[in-house]
Amino acid sequence: MSLLRIRDLDVSIHGKPVLDRVSLELAPGHVLGIIGESGSGKSMTALSIMDLLPDGSGMSGSIELDGNDLTGLSERQMCDIRGRDIGMIFQEPMTALNPLRTIGDQVAETVRIHGGAGRGEAARIAGDMLERVGLPREKFPPTRYPHELSGGQRQRVVIAMAIALQPRLLIADEPTTALDVTTQAGILRLLRRLVLEDGMGLILITHDLAVVSGNADHLAIMRQGQVVEAGPSDKVMRALRHPYTRALFEASSHQPDRTAGHVGTPLLEARNMVRDYVTPRKGLFGAHGTFRAVRDVSFSISHGESLGLVGESGCGKSTLTRAILGLEPLQGGSVHVDGHPVEAGQKMPKDLRAKMQVVFQDPYGSFNPRHRVGRLVTEPFHLLDNPPKGAERKAAIDTALTDVGLHPDDADRYIHEFSGGQRQRIAIARALIIRPQLIILDEAVSALDVSIRAQILDLLADLSGRYGLSYLFITHDLTVVQAITDRVMVMQAGEIVETGRTEEVFANPQHEYTRTLLAAAPVLEMSA
Amino acid sequence: MLHFALARLTSLGLSLVVASVVIFFALEVVPGDPAAYMLGMNASPETVAALRTELGLDAGPVERYFTWATGLLTGDFGISYTYRTPVAEMIGERIKVSLPLALYALALSTLIAFPVGIWAATHRGKAQDMGVMAATQLGIAVPNFWFAMLLVLVFAIGLRWFSAGGFPGWDAGFFEGMKALTLPAIALALPQASILARVMRSALLDTMGEDFIRTARAKGLSRRQALWRHALRNALIPVLTIIGLQFSFLLAGAIIIENVFFLPGLGRLVFQAISQRDLIVVESVVMLLVVAVIVVTFCVDLAYAAVDPRLRRRG
Repeated sequence: MSLLRIRDLDVSIHGKPVLDRVSLELAPGHVLGIIGESGSGKSMTALSIMDLLPDGSGMSGSIELDGNDLTGLSERQMCDIRGRDIGMIFQEPMTALNPLRTIGDQVAETVRIHGGAGRGEAARIAGDMLERVGLPREKFPPTRYPHELSGGQRQRVVIAMAIALQPRLLIADEPTTALDVTTQAGILRLLRRLVLEDGMGLILITHDLAVVSGNADHLAIMRQGQVVEAGPSDKVMRALRHPYTRALFEASSHQPDRTAGHVGTPLLEARNMVRDYVTPRKGLFGAHGTFRAVRDVSFSISHGESLGLVGESGCGKSTLTRAILGLEPLQGGSVHVDGHPVEAGQKMPKDLRAKMQVVFQDPYGSFNPRHRVGRLVTEPFHLLDNPPKGAERKAAIDTALTDVGLHPDDADRYIHEFSGGQRQRIAIARALIIRPQLIILDEAVSALDVSIRAQILDLLADLSGRYGLSYLFITHDLTVVQAITDRVMVMQAGEIVETGRTEEVFANPQHEYTRTLLAAAPVLEMSA
Repeated sequence: MLHFALARLTSLGLSLVVASVVIFFALEVVPGDPAAYMLGMNASPETVAALRTELGLDAGPVERYFTWATGLLTGDFGISYTYRTPVAEMIGERIKVSLPLALYALALSTLIAFPVGIWAATHRGKAQDMGVMAATQLGIAVPNFWFAMLLVLVFAIGLRWFSAGGFPGWDAGFFEGMKALTLPAIALALPQASILARVMRSALLDTMGEDFIRTARAKGLSRRQALWRHALRNALIPVLTIIGLQFSFLLAGAIIIENVFFLPGLGRLVFQAISQRDLIVVESVVMLLVVAVIVVTFCVDLAYAAVDPRLRRRG
């Protein structure tokens, strides 16, 4: 008998349909992977099961847990089921916990709210649960506050809360998307172990095919509110029956068509870069400490070359980037672009700044929402002594937008009218418009769906071929690095621990840390 | 936490020194000679000069600042130019009215605003919420002196429950004193309560949209339980800020209400002193208000740290 059975689930929000006849099934002790791109309805499916849909939603169809239909239950009855029979884990561990209450208290609340135990007993259970998810009492006492833990540790606390009462069904909505690869591997191992030990059913929702490929027994592929394909994992992966499934798989392991960068003369040269931060005083009259975020880093990028920089959060990637752009002062070493020194502050000449442009992870956050696209993409013109005007300016905008696959008419629209992938194209157009020699891409494709990511990678490869651009790719995503870089640097705790040609590093990693990273990265097993 | 408190205390001391310098020298710039003003138009220059010497006005400004500042520390605020009585005594008399009035109004404002704000937030978008929003809008828009006159008309002249104004002094008994302050406190509290209730409501609604509320709901808490157990304390930070600002305002900003109700408070004292060029009184009262504001800010900072564990580590 199945643990969860969803039949013909239709959901609409303010009259707009978001789920269309979704049917799914899950047996106890099994893992169901729900895969889809943003807007496919996978999170809405999870929230429907929990009956936590946003205000203004309408629902029809049936959701049965152990044969009991949940859709007819009152809010009070659903409160009893949430947390006790169904646990849920969310994507963003940094904000999923109440910052003002201790972790032990928050885990104990699950127990106490369902009348499972008194205060003392609940605290004891909470301690045990935290221990079970890999947060031992000696190192992580339950009296800790969330801000004292890292993202991965916080996700473990959220898991402890979700499994405190050993629910029969656990829903994990993108549980590892915000985490580093090694942390992701740890969380996935933990979830698998819990399914095995408690015999609960797990719904693993993700956009990352590689995450589910080794972990799910069954797969459901969702698109535009519909389940387009479902079945046992190996069968779905082997057959790739539905064209969308096939497209999704191809996009996930997409290799843009690019000729290996011809190595020209060095464009950017960094020598022995050191960046220290001053830490708060120890005690009222104590001295300031220093934290060395970048330690003696040297590297170079040649004209037309694409270099990858990988490392986990907090390793110093962003600090290094900011220092290269002249946004942070260095305490030692130097950065030269085309032979000219880069210095922080106002001293940096405009023409030097015009040689480097940057594209960030969140395209929406880096645009002024009140300006039209035409004005947005011409922002870097202030770096030119003689910015084009009139028809010339219009021509520059047209070319920049056409280059990134948009239409010249898009210049008159506002940024909110575009999708995430289009916004990233506009960000690239903005970087491109003054013909820089180096574009720094700071997690520029991390937030994009796989199919959009594949398109953007193709675009970047094409532009590099056409204009001889150099790229510095900063990312935690190893597949991206593998797809588009000539060389790769691996950064750990402020140091470059390994550097080499991309295919060589991936095939034969020398440093222990590189091996750990590669081993932790989920691999998409293509049976076809 | 101790580190946090000490660091805040240091900045408190520094703020006071800076404030005293600014206040003293700003008033030095104000035109008008207190001695000439006291003696009238027809006084001879010799008499004015003699009075200036007597008042200590002929010394240099730096010297007079130090005399004044060291005096403040020992509780000697100097002698009023106009009334020739110690300023400390005059302020002491007035603060017995102003401080209780401010605290009374603040207590009323908080007692009204918290339940109203929470009630509106729990009924978001419904008639109750809209009613609260309309009423608080009105509470902010209506000037408090107009409201004060309305209160006098209804409760003093109509129903005769309270007297229309004046203050019998605390010697007449605690209850009599509080009774005299009740109408002024209500008049002062209502606009403040309206602001505070709206801040409470929007802070709560913001917090209810946070991820950790969704997590709490997934644990099995009802919307109401999530609000009381998780959202309320998180919403307190903006509310505490507003309460701190309101107290400072209530202490100094009651001039009009004091006039409507004929209350001998600090506001009327400073108003009279300004019109009579009694600079030493003005300086002392303003300094006192600055001390009050800085101390309240310090208490609000400590309250932040008590509410939010993330702030305790910072200096």
